[in-house]
Amino acid sequence: MNKLDANFNFHQTALNLRAQRQELLAGNLANADTPNYKARDFDFSAKLKDAVGKLASPSGLLGAAATVAGGAASLAALPATLAAGGPVAAAKSLLTTAAAHMGLGKDQADTTLTDSEVKYRATPQGSVDGNTVDADVERNQFADNALRYEASLTILRNDIKDMMSALQG
Amino acid sequence: MPSLFNVFDISGSAMSAQSLRMNTVASNLANADSATSANGQPYKSKQVVFNATSLGSPFSSGVAVQKVVEDNSAPRMVHNPESPLANENGFVTMPNVNLTQEMVNMISTSRAYQTNVETMNAAKAMLQKTLTLGQN
Repeated sequence: MNKLDANFNFHQTALNLRAQRQELLAGNLANADTPNYKARDFDFSAKLKDAVGKLASPSGLLGAAATVAGGAASLAALPATLAAGGPVAAAKSLLTTAAAHMGLGKDQADTTLTDSEVKYRATPQGSVDGNTVDADVERNQFADNALRYEASLTILRNDIKDMMSALQG
Repeated sequence: MPSLFNVFDISGSAMSAQSLRMNTVASNLANADSATSANGQPYKSKQVVFNATSLGSPFSSGVAVQKVVEDNSAPRMVHNPESPLANENGFVTMPNVNLTQEMVNMISTSRAYQTNVETMNAAKAMLQKTLTLGQN
């Protein structure tokens, strides 16, 4: 529906996931000296594909706002939609009571990580205290992730620039 | 809520934990020759125990110092018959501080602290770059 949003969506999702990965890697580095700590990470490209893929299919639309047609009838149906949507769905989306209303949250991909997606890093050589953090590997991934985050930002900035020049001529 | 701001909390927790570790190293090194203390016993080497704590999003964790333990390994015996603390054989019980181990601990602590400072700086740079998004 909203082409402007859809255009930015991919990079928005990617940035969200990059930020989450950065947090995980920071946690790994912070726990480099904690006994029995196991380094964790997730497969970025798989998760991104999954999140964007779910978005493309109509069933994956999260918290899709219920569109109610008609003026007076929509007002009567309002409490019903709120009850059906529950407090969580209502908080995530705007209520659209007319056909011309724009929904919010329809175009947002779900980037919540699950326990099965966040894996433990395999390490060729663990330490005696049960810690599996290899500081070099983590630092490497950390720098890589930061750079790719900034790359996404740069591309997004260029997209916005293009859009602005299209709008302003 | 997942956010880059959590990186500050995580790295910050690690930095304070590492400074506590640095404090114990300083204490151990300073008291390497303290043959007696407030309780009349020679100083005992102290070590910190780190523990991962849940911080930020469900899968990331920060660091907390769980406890500070006393090293119960055998004390160093030094032959010094002139000392008032010497036993009948002329040996004085000295602290069980392992100087080599403490120096290694110190270097490891300092490197870990540096890593976390860099982590924080990287997160800060990313956030600042994000703030300029959309400005020309």
